Amino acid sequence: MAYSDKVVDHYNNPRNVGSFTKDTPGVGTGLVGAPECGDVMKLQIKVNLDTGVIEDARFKTFGCGSAIASSSLATEWLKGKTVDEAGKIKNTDIVNELRLPPVKIHCSVLAEDAIKAALADYRDKHGDALAGAEAPTASA
Amino acid sequence: MALKFPIFMDAQSTTPCDPRVVEAMLPYFTEKFGHPASRNHPFGWEAEGAVDAARQKLARLIGARDPKELVFTSGGTEAINLALKGAAEMYREKGNHIVTTVIEQRAGLDTCKRLERQGFEVTYLPVGPGGLVDVDEVRKAITNKTILVSVMFANNEIGTLQDIAGLGRLAKEKGVIFHTDATQAVGKVPVNVEALGVDLLSCTAHLMYGPKGVGALYVRRKGPRVRLAPMIDGGGHERGMRSGTLPVPLIVGFGRAAEICEEIMPEESARLATLRDRLQDLILSSVDEAFLNGDPERRLPQNLNISFAYVEGESVLMGLNRETALSSGSACTSATLEPSYVIAALGASTELAHSSIRFSLHRFNTEEEVEVVAKRTIEVVKRLRDMSPLYELAKEGVDLKSIQWKAE
Repeated sequence: MAYSDKVVDHYNNPRNVGSFTKDTPGVGTGLVGAPECGDVMKLQIKVNLDTGVIEDARFKTFGCGSAIASSSLATEWLKGKTVDEAGKIKNTDIVNELRLPPVKIHCSVLAEDAIKAALADYRDKHGDALAGAEAPTASA
Repeated sequence: MALKFPIFMDAQSTTPCDPRVVEAMLPYFTEKFGHPASRNHPFGWEAEGAVDAARQKLARLIGARDPKELVFTSGGTEAINLALKGAAEMYREKGNHIVTTVIEQRAGLDTCKRLERQGFEVTYLPVGPGGLVDVDEVRKAITNKTILVSVMFANNEIGTLQDIAGLGRLAKEKGVIFHTDATQAVGKVPVNVEALGVDLLSCTAHLMYGPKGVGALYVRRKGPRVRLAPMIDGGGHERGMRSGTLPVPLIVGFGRAAEICEEIMPEESARLATLRDRLQDLILSSVDEAFLNGDPERRLPQNLNISFAYVEGESVLMGLNRETALSSGSACTSATLEPSYVIAALGASTELAHSSIRFSLHRFNTEEEVEVVAKRTIEVVKRLRDMSPLYELAKEGVDLKSIQWKAE
């Protein structure tokens, strides 16, 4: 199976690889997948607590090239979005952007799960109020 | 000599044809194109003579008493199918039980599955941590209904060499037929059906520097005389066991490949074992938590299978695939989307099955290639570990088993 150019590019030059310290204010962490399934993604966001905007994102992924590319792309898309906007990223957006073949769709699903998990963790730690209050302004 | 990329180290999937094999085959496409069953003209005689000569060469390589004991097939898969289905049907009145192992190739396992649906009972024996089946376990599994024991000679992923002589003795003692899938072994290590007590043996040309599309089944004629029900009916070629016009050029290539393997096996296997050991040492000495799969001693000289913990196999291959062709037991590289059942059968965690990489060397690999492949593999594994959340957690001292993973 040949990979799309975009998958190869993300694999060769992954964006935003790394980690934030979990308990830094504004950081939300998602860890999804399972080692025995061959895919684990850790995705982190760093939210500006004043604006509710995701200022930075990081990932680390154990998985195939498409899983690495999906999470790398997700971190690119997260930056600059508000928490609410980030929740609207869909796995199908990732599939279309990376031209993932049907057998690799689960990689994009996992990336969407990782985004959701990071947002949920952020909300758990920082409450919904802030993100909710900022979102309409940012998206207006 | 300058290195040529990509480097091929996936020789247990297939091997390149030896140029001497191609040379031997060529006349049989054009001038010497006769049908070996044409009994009444020189074209037929010439083709028949070429097939007989090839049959003799292959018989000698596997120690068959009589070249007539070889039945040419389209490859290893067909040979295995014919051995298992042919024996099952022929000996059905004697019994309906077959003993095999969980690490057989898919051709063996899937054929057994089909036979189960047809009323046969199959015992799939487990293997030890090195991939070896215990002969005593086979003994215990044999019942008065057992007609056939089928155990592969050398495993396609981990290269483990089974105790074929021990199994052959057991089969004789119990009066059951013994088949071995030797597709990975013939031409690589000494194989002698007489000395080993093998009744049926499957092999294929394309794994021993011959062409794709031809294989053979050895069918013992004496002590015991093994009979098989044919799977393909027709003109009664190959002593009625496999009808169909023989692919003379392929068979000639198979014969020439067998002849070359026999001639250079001692030198070649020693050379490949040295290269393999070098590759293994280079990798294992510079990558932590890399685990050798299979039995370190009892294995094919050209096989090396390593699990790199915390990185997924396909991602390793992707990092190398412009330069080096390898294979992985990762689910992402298999047609079934399941990780390697062979690595899993060794008792390793499923995670390590996803992380397994097979290096398999061949006649034309060089020491320089080994150095490059080792270096690049190490680089890619390190790069992927730097982006692996599992490696990070492990380095922080977190026990990965303590985490509640949510499997999809």
